[in-house]
Amino acid sequence: MKFTLNWLKTHLETEASLDEILYALTDLGLEVEGVENPADTLGAFRICRVIEAVQHPNADRLRLCRVETWPDGPGGRTEEVQVVCGAPNARTGLVGVFAPVGSYVPGIDLLLKPGLIRDVESNGMLCSERELMVSDEHDGIIDLPADAPLGELFINYTNRNDPVIDIAITPNRPDALGVEGIARDLAARGLGRLITPVIEPVEGHFKSPLKVTIDPDVMQKGCPLFTGRLIRGVKNGPSPQWLQDRLRAIGLRPISALVDVTNFLTYDRNRPLHVFDMARLTGDLRVHFAQGGETLTALDDKDYTLDAGMMAISDDAAVQSIAGIMGGAASGCTAETTDVFLESAYWDPVTIAATGRKLKINSDARYRFERGVDPAFTPRGLELATAMILEFCGGEASDVVTAGAVPDTTRHYHLDPARVSSLVGMDIPEETQIATLKALGFTFDAMEVTPPTWRPDVQGEADLVEEIARIASLTRLEGKPLARTNVGVTRPILTPMQRREIVARRQMAALGYNECVTYTFVDKAAAEMFGGGGDATMIANPISSEMSHMRPALLPALLQAAARNQARGFQDMALFEVGPAFDGGEPEDQHIEVAGLLVGATGPRDPFGARRMIDVYDAKADAEAVLAAVGAPMKLMVQRNAPGWYHPGRSGQLSLGPKNILARFGELHPRVMAAMGVKGPAVAFSVLLENVPTKKAGKATRAALEISDLQAVERDFAFVVDEDVEAAVLVNAAKGADKKLIADARVFDVFVGERAAAQMGAGKKSVAITVRLQPKSATLTEQEIEAVSARVIEKVRKATGGVLRG
Amino acid sequence: MDGLNALKKKYLDQIMAASDEAALEDLRLAAIGKKGEVSLKMRELGKMTPEERKRAGPVLNALKNEITSALAARKASLADAALEERLKAEWLDVTLAGRPRSRGSVHPVSQVTEEIVAIFADMGFSVAEGPQIESDWYNFDALNIPPEHPTRTEMDTFYMHRDAGDERVPNVLRTHTSPVQIRHMLAHGAPTRIIAPGRVYRADYDQTHTPMFHQVEGLALDRDISMANLKWTLEEFCRAFFEVENVELRFRASHFPFTEPSAEVDLRCSWDKGQLKVGEGDDWMEILGSGMVHPKVLRAGGIDPEQVQGFAFGIGIDRLAMLKYGIPDLRAFFDCDLRWLRHYGFRALDVPTLRGGLSA
Repeated sequence: MKFTLNWLKTHLETEASLDEILYALTDLGLEVEGVENPADTLGAFRICRVIEAVQHPNADRLRLCRVETWPDGPGGRTEEVQVVCGAPNARTGLVGVFAPVGSYVPGIDLLLKPGLIRDVESNGMLCSERELMVSDEHDGIIDLPADAPLGELFINYTNRNDPVIDIAITPNRPDALGVEGIARDLAARGLGRLITPVIEPVEGHFKSPLKVTIDPDVMQKGCPLFTGRLIRGVKNGPSPQWLQDRLRAIGLRPISALVDVTNFLTYDRNRPLHVFDMARLTGDLRVHFAQGGETLTALDDKDYTLDAGMMAISDDAAVQSIAGIMGGAASGCTAETTDVFLESAYWDPVTIAATGRKLKINSDARYRFERGVDPAFTPRGLELATAMILEFCGGEASDVVTAGAVPDTTRHYHLDPARVSSLVGMDIPEETQIATLKALGFTFDAMEVTPPTWRPDVQGEADLVEEIARIASLTRLEGKPLARTNVGVTRPILTPMQRREIVARRQMAALGYNECVTYTFVDKAAAEMFGGGGDATMIANPISSEMSHMRPALLPALLQAAARNQARGFQDMALFEVGPAFDGGEPEDQHIEVAGLLVGATGPRDPFGARRMIDVYDAKADAEAVLAAVGAPMKLMVQRNAPGWYHPGRSGQLSLGPKNILARFGELHPRVMAAMGVKGPAVAFSVLLENVPTKKAGKATRAALEISDLQAVERDFAFVVDEDVEAAVLVNAAKGADKKLIADARVFDVFVGERAAAQMGAGKKSVAITVRLQPKSATLTEQEIEAVSARVIEKVRKATGGVLRG
Repeated sequence: MDGLNALKKKYLDQIMAASDEAALEDLRLAAIGKKGEVSLKMRELGKMTPEERKRAGPVLNALKNEITSALAARKASLADAALEERLKAEWLDVTLAGRPRSRGSVHPVSQVTEEIVAIFADMGFSVAEGPQIESDWYNFDALNIPPEHPTRTEMDTFYMHRDAGDERVPNVLRTHTSPVQIRHMLAHGAPTRIIAPGRVYRADYDQTHTPMFHQVEGLALDRDISMANLKWTLEEFCRAFFEVENVELRFRASHFPFTEPSAEVDLRCSWDKGQLKVGEGDDWMEILGSGMVHPKVLRAGGIDPEQVQGFAFGIGIDRLAMLKYGIPDLRAFFDCDLRWLRHYGFRALDVPTLRGGLSA
């Protein structure tokens, strides 16, 4: 919402400075977004006179001017300055605008310095309109009437010395979409007195030949009141200069007196109006809901088709206006208009908002009606507009045509001064509270308060508190300690899941992964590759096709990140993210994942030979590290059923039983890698944090530690087995040989491939394990060790068909 | 006895001159070995008279001891010299980089979220969570934003798809963390103190906006919590978060549908080469929105506004991270550029605690 300081002063009598007003506006909740003060940009330029202009001695197209200037203003001392000027209209006796040395000329972005032009001194500049950014005119310098006040500031002479203030209006304050409402807030704050002129009704001289009806269903909801009147015999020329200046200052283009009046009142009183050219209407006006399919060319010269239920104003022939949003071009006013029908109506905000949104029309009228204009002002707005039209355009007004009535918005709320203090925590005396509300137009019946008709946002006691606090100024609010909830030591507040997320994240970082935060939405193709991409997870209005679906997993975005980093020249990386993934489109379809992605080698090339390409066992180890960090059970089942985005032969899932999957890991499927544009090798894993069982709370004690002082014995065995025998089967078999005695069994070598086959036969490999025997009661004898070893060999043979390697 | 002195001198000189362990062993055998010169002389003691033995015995023993010590000393000094030689040869170029170890990092958003949690936990706030695909009711209606409220269009809401014929109101991607207030109130009632950090979404993408960002919601409800308590809480928060004693906040009247009165909160600060200095200077920077929870919101959360009042606030986490750590561009937060992650990220063990200092 833009307005000028002088405009504000037509409603507010004030001694306050611009800065005081700006501060108060922001503090009141009318946040100042910008101020343009012409005095700051054009305050150095004064009206001057060219004493004499002669030909420049060294240049055909330049003139040498002796300029009389008034540096201290009209009536002050004068100073003669020599200026070289290239304008064709620079001539003896010209009254123009002078820019002295040291001033900044905004239109050409130049700080003026004394200069030599073709060997002749030049100390300043005679300005064109473009140089002062008043217009694009640059054919000559400004040429003012001979009686222009010499020495006066150019901006004063042209009525431009008026700061333009731009404020942001929150949706609850439609009243502040009019300068009057802004002035009222400032007056309530104590910055002056509200002096908005009283509106005198204009007497009608004849009966309007045009009648207006509102369909009963529309009257119910969309338009409770329509007022209008015919003004005949008008001359629709340009509006007065002051009105044009005001409109131009806030960025509106003056059009004609009739249109300018409606625009002015839109901003001055938050009262949008419409003017119909009576000559272009057929019969009477009817306010109705569109049936659907009606078309209209609106004042923006675009064609619109109305849907059923949108409000329209039609004459006997056609739709003439999209009610409350934009009038039709066909019945709009022009320079030839002599009889004008003026409309001031109240339109329901909800209906206007819905129509405006559907038709995508952003007009000042829609903006105001959908936020809520003052319904009670509807007839007075008509009177004010009538008076202005008669003043600017002449003519004669008819009686007022009224359909419907001002809707009753009366409501009242109880003001409890103690409640104000308790909610705000600021002591505001009762008298001040009452005075504040009265200054804002609230009326009192004892402590029952009725909000003014221009404040549709006030809907309860809490709103009264807000008004009082706002006017009193929240800047004055002093903090008061919030008492602690418990007296002693702070209690833990994180849930087990929240702790898990933190621990998993820090574990990943400790393992050398860099944490990413990626967008929760990915493109359809990427989502599909990871089991998503269906309609349920589709965003109806994505900002781009790259962000169309809620991600089914974290990996697609991490792979895209890896591709971006590879494009930047980084081939090896470890990325991870902790965050939500989505199985569907409902609130409950969200789960938390920790996803890790390893690409390339374990590190940069080094002189030690430590570098190697990452493989699936890195992913598995890291997945297990995260699981351990969040307290998952140590013994997990390994299944070979990882989802399709993993390499089918080089991936697995870690689970509790066959169903409860805690983590997936593996090499990424070559097709996924190709589609994502990532150069491999790449392995990944994801841990499904919520699937990890929660430990019972409050059990801090550990089981007693059982250790034996007796010497443990390690025995190694190498088995020849079929190539597809899984290590886990073999190890488990070995462990099962003597559950009491065998503390651990581990694979320490696998010999597989062509050379192995050559030694041990086709399809065979050798798996070497070490078995640790830990006696608990007596040192093992050689016979005992032999006996266990025999059982190990037997168990492994039974489980895998393996035999001891010769 | 002169013979003994000469013997002593001979062996001690030879021991000193021995160049390796083998020579020393030869000398040991020659002097005090079974058939060594000194040993032979000691054997002769048996043939002596008691008086002679009394005199000669100690002298011979002393000689033997002296030679033994000299042998040991020389042996040690030879070993030292040999070790010196070996060490001289054992030289490695320690300017070579150590064996590479990858250094991981924690994203600034995660770090700052933990900082925020640490501060509010100390003030008795627990952490609440809610879904990011949210129903229209939780995201809007329950927060006093009815269907035609202009806020809905201004919020640039992302809507989830509904199949043709599915008449249910489309779900939204939550536009703020405020729906967590409602979910928490309905589940736990009052009194309560929570913060709710998390991802939020707005259909907006330019220099300073990303379609996803992070917010933390705060909610404190009790019988007598006032806006003055809100101001104190936020001041304490800023003091702890920005780790400066001088913090000055300015409350400015504003409007949010879910609070009343509502205030935008500005922080006194100055800017020095793009870095923020809190608590000094003449600039005011808007850092958050807040207010007293609207009675309609309390009612939507199943709480009686006649009995319970309190405050709520919402802060942008990404923005806090940018301000505190001098990170210039919001969009880079979600770009995963390794150089950015390593530069602005935090080490695994940089766990923010109040006792140790958040960014210590």
